[in-house]
Amino acid sequence: MSEASAHVVHHGPPTSFIRKHVFSLDHKVIGKQYYALALVAVVTGMVLSWLMRIHLIAPNWPIPGLQWLSKVGAPGGVMTPEYYLSLMTMHGTLMVFFVLTNAPFAAFGNYFLPIQIGAEDMAFPRFNMMSFWTTFIAFCILVAAFFVPDGPPLAGWTAYAPLSAVGKDAGPGEGLGQTLWGLSIFVFCIASLLGSLNFIATTLDLRTKGMTLARMPIVSWAWFITSCIALLAFAVLLPACLLLILDRIGGTSFFIPSGLNISDHLQPHQGGSPLLWQHLFWFFGHPEVYIAILPAIGIVSHILINSMRKPMLSHKTIIYCMMGIGFLSYMVWGHHMFLSGMNPFSALVFSFPTLMITIPATIMTLIWLGSLYGSNLRINTASLFCLGFISMFVSGGVSGFFLAQPSIDIYLHATYFVVGHFHMVMGVAAIFGVFAGTYFWFPKMTGRMMSERLGRLHFWLTFIGTYCIFMPFHYLGLAGNVRRYSAFTDDFLVPLIPVHKFITYSALFTGAVQLVFIFNLIYSHFKGAIAPANPWEATSLEWSTPSSPPPFDNFGGKHPVVYHDPYQYGVKSSTGDYLMQDSPERAGETP
Amino acid sequence: MRVSKPCIAVLVATLCPALMFGGTISGKVTYTGTPVKQKPIDMGKEPSCAKQHATPITTETVVTGANNVLENVVVYISAGADDTTVPSQAVTFTQKGCQYIPHVVVLHTGQELQVVNADQTSHNIHPMPTVNREWNKSQPPGSPNLSEKFDQPEFIKVKCNIHPWMAGRFAVLKTSHYSITGDSGGFSLPNLPPGKYTITAWHEDYGTQTQDVTITGNETKSIDFSFKAKAY
Amino acid sequence: MGGKLFAVILVVIALASAVPIVSHTFMGANVSLPEDISTHGHDIDKQLDETMIEAGLSFLAAQLVLAFFVFQSGGRNGVLKNFPGGAKYLVVAAVLLVGAEAIALGAMGTKAWGKVYFEPASADALPIQAQAGQFAFYFRYAGPDGKFGVLHPEKIDEGNSNFFGLDPENDIPARDDITSAELVIPANKEVHLMLHAKDVGHSFYVRELRIQQDFVPGLDLSLHFTATKVGKYEIVCTQLCGLGHYNMKAYLNVMSQDDFDKWLKAQSN
Repeated sequence: MSEASAHVVHHGPPTSFIRKHVFSLDHKVIGKQYYALALVAVVTGMVLSWLMRIHLIAPNWPIPGLQWLSKVGAPGGVMTPEYYLSLMTMHGTLMVFFVLTNAPFAAFGNYFLPIQIGAEDMAFPRFNMMSFWTTFIAFCILVAAFFVPDGPPLAGWTAYAPLSAVGKDAGPGEGLGQTLWGLSIFVFCIASLLGSLNFIATTLDLRTKGMTLARMPIVSWAWFITSCIALLAFAVLLPACLLLILDRIGGTSFFIPSGLNISDHLQPHQGGSPLLWQHLFWFFGHPEVYIAILPAIGIVSHILINSMRKPMLSHKTIIYCMMGIGFLSYMVWGHHMFLSGMNPFSALVFSFPTLMITIPATIMTLIWLGSLYGSNLRINTASLFCLGFISMFVSGGVSGFFLAQPSIDIYLHATYFVVGHFHMVMGVAAIFGVFAGTYFWFPKMTGRMMSERLGRLHFWLTFIGTYCIFMPFHYLGLAGNVRRYSAFTDDFLVPLIPVHKFITYSALFTGAVQLVFIFNLIYSHFKGAIAPANPWEATSLEWSTPSSPPPFDNFGGKHPVVYHDPYQYGVKSSTGDYLMQDSPERAGETP
Repeated sequence: MRVSKPCIAVLVATLCPALMFGGTISGKVTYTGTPVKQKPIDMGKEPSCAKQHATPITTETVVTGANNVLENVVVYISAGADDTTVPSQAVTFTQKGCQYIPHVVVLHTGQELQVVNADQTSHNIHPMPTVNREWNKSQPPGSPNLSEKFDQPEFIKVKCNIHPWMAGRFAVLKTSHYSITGDSGGFSLPNLPPGKYTITAWHEDYGTQTQDVTITGNETKSIDFSFKAKAY
Repeated sequence: MGGKLFAVILVVIALASAVPIVSHTFMGANVSLPEDISTHGHDIDKQLDETMIEAGLSFLAAQLVLAFFVFQSGGRNGVLKNFPGGAKYLVVAAVLLVGAEAIALGAMGTKAWGKVYFEPASADALPIQAQAGQFAFYFRYAGPDGKFGVLHPEKIDEGNSNFFGLDPENDIPARDDITSAELVIPANKEVHLMLHAKDVGHSFYVRELRIQQDFVPGLDLSLHFTATKVGKYEIVCTQLCGLGHYNMKAYLNVMSQDDFDKWLKAQSN
């Protein structure tokens, strides 16, 4: 099956500029487009977080130039409370959807999944192009919400109803901007569904000769599992967004109950349920966390094995753990809703599988650690980010152990403890995976090496900086510091402002450090040293292509044949201590 | 600047009747019955405002004076003197101590309204018109005054979404002939050229009353309004 | 070189991260839980402490082992060693240790959770209605007749202090209802708080009471608790409710029974 379809040539090489770089069918170009979009989104999201952090420690300070961005949202440069919440909503939405879903999954997955399994392209190249451009439309709709008269939406990335559903009575930021938010996510869901179908079909149908499922690299497995999760998760968010939009503009009442009086206006709705939105949203929302983190786990494991120069203790166990996490991710959404008013007994039911997720997560961590033992670890920027990932994954993971327990959640729910937890485990850890992937695969994607000196500088400062930002969030949470506040005026919050100052300065510093990365990316793209064919002495098929970047059909008209498991490191061979997957040679004994 | 003689003559001819020979309508607004007791406002959630009031302020829905006088009643000419000249001076509406000062603001259609935040906290000005355009804007401390206009005559309820107890009214009129009753309950509409007028008295809780008055020359006509107090 | 530097930095980060947890202070601010003034909070605190010890030790162990293994794996030049026992033991250890820990903690936490949510309020608990609306809390006591007036959302007039939408003109039980912006309660007496959301979702959070519960529009929930210490505490909203969310708060005023009775009487007049 796989052999036959792998020989199908989907499309010829593109000739015009537009077909080559804009409306390209080539999965590699589409992968880079996803990466570029994620880069734009992450820079925007980061600047928003800067503005928020500055506002939090100086709420009445006119931020120079901010009035230019929004005259109503920041009159005279002083940010209004609603504009803070709008920036927070846009930050969350951009980061979760357009960065954490796009970069590790859609961008790298598009580029490397077909190559790693020896295919010429994705199964449905036109679908693939459509999913990128649909994502791009979703992005444009979201950004448009910045510029509507009522201001950008402010209901948070979770858009809890009825605040998000009742319309402009609920205050500024709940007018057209919120409708655009719903529309943007609706369109994003369509794009993600198309994308994940394509990933699944590609993985199942286009593997080259000898590339059994068991011989797929971990990271391809991660993308495959992630697409299965995404297919089910976005399929739920899609109708949820449709219902939300209908409540807003169609006069329906799916999420709005009777008898609400907002701003002295009695609402005409009746019979809806706010909890329905929460269930639908989190049924998507929790798996979404794993959509962000599983590809990063895959990338990090893939790179780490290469850097350690020996196989993982059991890389299959990691794959099983990813499957386990993916499966459990559909049984735990209620842990976001312990205090939401749902039946308190169900909190215990949701708590149990949540605590169980610790088991596969711990197994993975132990395997990474156990594999590092006695390895011949090559330190470079990519492997440093992998190590940083493990550290962050552990730090963000242990705080999950608190929040998984309903009794502790009574105190910590909706505090900065939660903010620290998810930023570390899903934000920073996933981004470290993206950084590792970037430094590792850049030579393949561009034919040039990134500057190692700048890369290491970037790593050290980012690693220390992110800990300085996100660790103190946990301390704030223990003191009961409530999240989503645009200013800390409560008696018990005022004494905590010094901690917020520390976080803000750390965030400004760490954000500025990312300029080193962007400079490195651009500089190395044009001026970097020419990359050797296999700079990391890696084994998987992406390093078997005839050139870097690979030709439009990836393997120059040939079809690689796979003879080995993906990670033949620490062996004796004619190439050194490793054996490539498509090398017919048999490995000698372990040196 | 040189102004021709005929020009001055025309000006004098138009202005003089109004300035020199105009009639005046004046009177008093009172109530009958027992008005509901105004409730004290607890501003505990906004300490920076609470400490500005030695004794808690009360709601201002019905403000009364000695001798059954009713305050905050807008008395204006609702027919007979449509004047389209929009006053160039802006009207100021101040938020101080989490209270609107004044409680009732009278504006001409198209006249500029300046909203001032004199507090150390963010306010949110939310007029809730049915004819005019509704808006809802926040004003953090230290940000510039807001400038707004209303195009249609209407009585508009104003509230602050951040401090739900704050309530005020914008009375947008098509005339500059108006008067707001104070603690004496009196009103006076001077400088009226001869003609037939409809006088309306509006109170935010008790509604409106109208009376027709004819002014024949340089005279003062006296009319009174009396509202029936609501028990609840 | 890079590996050794990583190990050193990681050890410093791991130890430095633990210092504020142990010393309860960071940047001069107190970052510990405030004193517990509830009768049920002890179990929550105990649960948190247990979890802190287990999670804290796991955190330190994992970070330090990571640092150590990275430290020793540099400069080996091709001499590879395998972890004794391989993956099997690690998997078994993870399943048994973490599984046992998770089940034990989960079971233990059920007690604390149950005290708040499974036990019903006692029959003589003081009934108070709490209403959350953009962006203030208001509380309602039944008054001398012991009966609450019916809510009419269309009658809400905040500028006129009718925050609940009472109709005293037609509804006699509503006439003596006491509305307060402060939640005043007697100490050592159980309070039965009935939560009502006026407009959008809100949440009721008092750190010292170890209580947090969402207000859900259209779904009137109830809470019960006993405060043990006289004093003033802050009630804050923890569910994003719009622009004034940060400003949405009220005070919880715990009084002696005598003071409370006096206060209630003064409100009725």
